[in-house]
Amino acid sequence: MTKTSRFVAALALCGALFAGSALADEFTDNDVDHWMGEFKATADKGRALWVDGTLGSNGVACAQCHPNAANTHPETYPKYQKQLGRVVTIGEMINWCIQNPLEGEEMKLDDPRIVAMQAYVNFERRGVEMSPGKH
Amino acid sequence: MRTNDPSRRGLIRGAGALMATLPLTQVKLAFGGQRQDINIAYISDSHIQHIKGNEFVRNWDRGLIRAVAETNLLLPKPDFVVFGGDLAQLGTKPELDHGAEILSALNADVKYVMGEHDYYLDLGAYWSELFGPQHYSWNHKGVHFVVLNSILTHKEWTFDRWPTAEQRMLEMAGLDNPNGSPFMVGAKQRKWLERDLKKVTDDTPVVVFSHSPIQKIFKHWNFWTDDADEVQALLGRFHSANVIYGHVHQIQYNRIGNIHFHSVMATAWPWPYPQSYAQAESHLPVVTVPMNRADPFHERDATGWQLIDVHTGRPTLSYKLANNTNRTVGPDPATGMPHDFDFQERQISAQDHY
Repeated sequence: MTKTSRFVAALALCGALFAGSALADEFTDNDVDHWMGEFKATADKGRALWVDGTLGSNGVACAQCHPNAANTHPETYPKYQKQLGRVVTIGEMINWCIQNPLEGEEMKLDDPRIVAMQAYVNFERRGVEMSPGKH
Repeated sequence: MRTNDPSRRGLIRGAGALMATLPLTQVKLAFGGQRQDINIAYISDSHIQHIKGNEFVRNWDRGLIRAVAETNLLLPKPDFVVFGGDLAQLGTKPELDHGAEILSALNADVKYVMGEHDYYLDLGAYWSELFGPQHYSWNHKGVHFVVLNSILTHKEWTFDRWPTAEQRMLEMAGLDNPNGSPFMVGAKQRKWLERDLKKVTDDTPVVVFSHSPIQKIFKHWNFWTDDADEVQALLGRFHSANVIYGHVHQIQYNRIGNIHFHSVMATAWPWPYPQSYAQAESHLPVVTVPMNRADPFHERDATGWQLIDVHTGRPTLSYKLANNTNRTVGPDPATGMPHDFDFQERQISAQDHY
């Protein structure tokens, strides 16, 4: 058997195994709408948190210094954060702001609130070129 | 005519080390001929924010306390001090009282300008009780000074749209809130200004203090006054018309016709330049060299106050910036444009804002 014919045979076997169920990479417009809706709902939750004075302890909200999440530069993360002396994610920087200007409690990086705020920050920067590491 | 002296070292009494980190904006209005020096200290946008009981946001308190302490070190004393608006964050009595108490330590005559954060809870009632009229003018050493309340807006938005005064305040307080409304001086105040300026000769320097820019820079964040063109038209005949405004929490300067525009810093926190928002068009004046990017790990960085010298007929602003290089912006004798003495003459490259 040649290499090619072995590959064709393997494909045929896969086809036989998965016959009757949807292929993994097949999706419809409805699926895409649903997934974008899920993302947008999360980004909207992030926006709500962004203007929420109860996220920290002193009433200060992220949007006071970062209207429309400007000057957050999500497209540059992960990057070397000179003040911390190591490479960090945007989630860690959101956490830093919650603990310092907002005088709040540290959150886990997979806390749904951190995820939602990352979604919002990235959404406000849509269309901007990725620039990992940029200062 | 004396030359510009951007450092104004002689003004500061034994405070060299402290002044190197001052977060104030000194405004020096300078006019040619026989005019005397006029030195104005300008403090703005302290956003005193009440938490509960007797607790206030420490960070914003410290900015204002520092600016007041540094202003009190000026020698000779400034002719007067301007507070440029947004003393409070949400216009409450505790915030305005706490801010007024901090400002009461100033050992100079203080002129107050109304900001939207002071206004939209009770439409300026308590602020006026504390500080007096919301627009007024006076003459000092040959210069005509005017204070405007430039943060008014449409009647319907102000009186009919919101179920409570608290909600109206919150809607206007969010810089990026799409439910806000563009600022304006309004027809009534413009009529007052027109009458006020009638008795002022064309060659008298005029300096207007407003909270919002009397020019159109970025509507999305209300770096904007809707009737700016009409107000500018009233200033058109003066050989030296000047507008100094707060609100934007960053260094901006511009010239439109014969009018020089200068912004002042906040003592509370800096704002991104409009071009940092990728989803909307903005018009930062092309002559403006932006200030350095703020380092959030130094909480006073990119905040400050200014000393303004008016002796040449145009304001020269010395920005006193905590945790950053001081800046001096004034008229370039060669071009007549507002000009940054350090960044343009020494050709220091400005940091990119993106």
